[in-house]
This record gives sequence, C-alpha cells and structure tokens, in this order.
Amino acid sequence: MSMSSSALGDSAIMLRRNFRHTVRNPVTVFNAILFPIVMMLMFVYVFGGAFKVTGSYVDYAVPGLIVMAITYGLGPTAASVNDDINKGIINRFKTMDVSRGAVLTGHVVATTVRAVIAVAAIIGVGFAMGFRSHGSLLDWAAAIGLVLLLAFATSWLTVAMGLSAKSVESAGLATVPLIMLPFLSSAFVPASTMKTGVKQFAEYQPFTPIIETLRGLLSGGHISTSHTVQALAWCVGFALLGYVWAVSTFKKRA
Amino acid sequence: MENAAIAVTGLRKTYGDKVVLDGIGFEVASGSVFSMLGPNGAGKTTTVNVLTTLMKADAGTVRVAGYDVAAQTKQVRSAIGVTGQFAAVDELLSGRENLRMMADLKRIRPAGELVSGLLERFELTEAADKLASTYSGGMRRKLDLAMTLVGSPRIIFLDEPTTGLDPRSRRTMWEIVRELVAEGTTIFLTTQYLEEADQLADRIAVLDGGRIVAQGTAEELKRQIPGTHVRLKFATAAELDSAARVLVGGTRDEAELSLRVPSDGTSRSLRALLDRLDEHSIDSEEFSVHTPDLDDVFLALTGHAATDSSSSSASTDSGAAADSAASTGSRTLTDSIEEK
Repeated sequence: MSMSSSALGDSAIMLRRNFRHTVRNPVTVFNAILFPIVMMLMFVYVFGGAFKVTGSYVDYAVPGLIVMAITYGLGPTAASVNDDINKGIINRFKTMDVSRGAVLTGHVVATTVRAVIAVAAIIGVGFAMGFRSHGSLLDWAAAIGLVLLLAFATSWLTVAMGLSAKSVESAGLATVPLIMLPFLSSAFVPASTMKTGVKQFAEYQPFTPIIETLRGLLSGGHISTSHTVQALAWCVGFALLGYVWAVSTFKKRA
Repeated sequence: MENAAIAVTGLRKTYGDKVVLDGIGFEVASGSVFSMLGPNGAGKTTTVNVLTTLMKADAGTVRVAGYDVAAQTKQVRSAIGVTGQFAAVDELLSGRENLRMMADLKRIRPAGELVSGLLERFELTEAADKLASTYSGGMRRKLDLAMTLVGSPRIIFLDEPTTGLDPRSRRTMWEIVRELVAEGTTIFLTTQYLEEADQLADRIAVLDGGRIVAQGTAEELKRQIPGTHVRLKFATAAELDSAARVLVGGTRDEAELSLRVPSDGTSRSLRALLDRLDEHSIDSEEFSVHTPDLDDVFLALTGHAATDSSSSSASTDSGAAADSAASTGSRTLTDSIEEK
C-alpha cells in the first residue's frame, strides 16, 4: 500500500470515528444548529426593525448568520480534540503505524461537515423567513466555496487550540473569540453606523470582509475586490496558521 | 545478544536542565518479561515513551525488535503494542467499536472473529455494545489491553498496568500477562509494586532517580542483601546477654535489645532454636522470621525510602497514579518501606 493511500485510509477510519461521536452526541449538533437559528429569529424579528440597512433586514442578516453558524460549532471540536490528547488516545495512535495527520484530519473534516449542515439549516430557515437571493448560480457556487474554505480554515485553527489547551474547559473557552468576533463585525449592522474605535475594529477584523463578500454574492449585488481579497487572505491565513500550529503541537505533546 | 527484543545503551533524556534518564542500559530477551521497578518520578514512563517512539532520546541507542527507534520508527511501530498509564480508549465508542477501529487501522479484514475473540478473552462480551464511558476502571484497562493486542504485536509495553486496580482485577491482569508470555510475546512492564515484579518478571531493573541501580532476576537481587533470619526481642539486657551466649552467630542490637540469628526458616530449625531458648529458660518478647523481599532490596540498593515527593519526580510520572494506587490498599514501594 502506498503512503498516500494508507494515509487516506487512516483518515477515513478517523473520520468514521468522529462521525460516530457526532451521532452519539446529538445535543452538540442540535445546539450548533439551534443557536444560530435563535439568533436569527431575535435579530430579524426583535432588533432588526431598529437597524437601518438597505433592503430587507433578513437579507442583510443571513450572510452574518451563516458565518456565526460556522464559528459557533467550533467549541465542541476544541473540547473533543483536547479530550483526545489528554486521555491518551492520541498517544495510542502515535505509537502505531498510523498516518500522523489522520486523527487531526478526521476532526477537521467532521467539523466542516457539521458546519455545512448548520449553514444549510440557517439558509433554509432564512428562506422561510423571507430571505431572497438575487445571486446567480455562479455566485452561489462561489458562496458555497467561501463557506467551505472558512469552515475548513477555522477548523484547523480550532484543532490547534484544542491540542494546545491544558484542559477541556480552556479548550472550549479558546474558541469564544471566534464566536464573538462576528458580533463586532458588519454581521448585524453596517460598520459605518458604529462608533469610532469599534468601527475601525469592525472594518479591519477578519469577519467583516468575509461577511461582505458573502453578502455581495448572495444578493447578486456589488462585490468589492478588496473585500474578496481580504476574505480569501484571512481564510488562507487561518488555515495555514492552524495547520502549522496543530501539527507542531501534535508532534511535541507526548 | 542477537535475539534481544529490546536493547538500550546509554539512554539519556533531560527536560531543560533536569536529568530524567541518566545513561541507562539494559537488554530484554525475546519472549521474556522485563520489569522496570521504581517509585514515581524515577523515569519509568519517560523510558517507555522513548522506547515506544513517543519521545526522542537526547543520547544513546535504543533498538526495539531489531530496529533503531530514531531511524526506523515505522518498523518499530508495526512491531509493538503499548498500553499507557491511563486507559486510552475512545469513550464515545463501544468496546466492540474500539476494537474494530484498531483492526481497521491495522488493515485486518475481516475483523469480526478477532474482535469477538478478544471480547470473550477479556470477559467483555456482555458489555461489548455499551459505550466505553460506562465501563468501570478495571473494564477500561482490560479493553485498553485488548486493543493493544489487536494484530498480535511481538513486543508489548505495559506502563503501570495495574496501578489503581482492585486486587481481583490485578490478578486477572497478571494472568493475561502470563498467557501472552506463554504465546511468545515479549513484555516490558513498569511497576511500582514489588510483588508484581517478583510475580511476573524474568528480569528486573531497579530504576532510581534516572539510573538503574541494579538489575537481575528477582532471586539475584534478593541475594544482594542479608538472608533469612530470626529476630528475637528481649525485655532486659540480661536476657539478651544470656540469649547471645546460647545462640552462637547472632548479631546483637543493644539499643533495640534484639538478636538477629541466621536461619534457613524451616520449621525444624525454628523448633530447635526455640527448644534451646526453653532449655535455658530464656523468654523473648517478640519472635519473627524475616525473609528478604524486594522491599529490602530496594532499600538496600538505594539507601533511601522511595517517596514520590523525592526531588527527582519527573513531570511525566503522574502523581495521580500514586494517589489512586494508595486507595487500593496495595503495597507500593513507599508504604511497604515505611512499614519497617
């Protein structure tokens, strides 16, 4: 068996393991889907009326909620990666002739799949609440691509945080910034309406360009090239940072 | 040694400026049980970690199954099975699924028969389809060991396999180790229980503060210290005097008012000794027969009681293990030495 096919086989076995975990822990999935939906109901029906945005508020909010659905599901991944390294199961795999990255890849792919499910749920409920997209098929394909890239990138970052954390609690806590950042972005209100200071923060933080790009794609409206470039750069940066950090921590911690 | 399953020379490992392993060397013959005995912090787990490719040594050569652990890591990994100090099972999978996963990773197909065989052997058939998170500590250890056995590794490392187990589970574990050896498997076992090393090991290395202070068979180690003797304690110095006159060859301890007389420990020689005391109307307050055990060996070799608060306690030898060990009421190095 060649190196790569055995690595692929190992990753598939690990992925099956992570899917079993997900199925055994339906509360996690339910929570990851439910929380963004509750946020959507709150923002659209409660606060949304007070915000000044162009077009209908649900159209404005869906892209931000998509991003939130991705980041909100990261907490359980950090906790479960941390559990793996603290309970010794990773050491078991490390003393076996098993592809080094398989256990991490398993977590990343499982997390990405869970994120896609949560995003699909948000879009579905969004449609039911009156969300309408004017994006072309190509726009949608690009939006799905960006969602996958963001989920993949933040998953690697989360895996790294889970490996580095001293305890399950601190692993879960490490992902809080990723969950909070969308609130301080243009997810729910345009950055231009924010107070000085917060506004600058919102404009330069990673999620604003990502959300603006998604918004442009889904509305079929204008997409700023600078936002698109920034969005892609942030995602690739997260993925690289997460990957390098995760792999080096994985090697170090015995 | 040509057929050595494990050969270690000059192994050194430091964490920062703290020396955890200070140039240790030993060989383990194929198909034998080798036990590394020492208190917490002696460097046992670090040794296991280096031998099982989890850690890199700072110096020295380590060959496992004939392969160099630094250069031929892949081959070493295919030859070994490792059961660490804490049960490394997937708690969100059932016992059967855990074993199945191991079989998948080792590309054993079909695995059904192997898995159900192992479940039966470890008396886990009833709990096979329950999640491992519902298992008791003993069951987890058994599942852990069963997972290690998937694929029949030639060399098995057991890092304190019975720490924290109740006496019954400990016996079961010992039985399994004996069966494995009978099948030709080589076992490297670390323990802080002298009795365990005595019971299972063909050869024992005593590790203290990162050095091997002695190695040999249990018999050889016991020979390094005073033999079986009878200890008599008296109420007065006068009685001690007369006893010392009657029992030639005894060693007196004036402070303790005791006399140590060499003896082979048989009932015939003991009766003869008591008869002689009777003839001279000498009464001893206490009478005990002392056979050397590995406790004595450890104390004689290291010259100190092995407490885990010793300065050499390494971060990798967990204190938690000692806590759980104490709660089982079993004899650890520490408490058995303090008894004396």
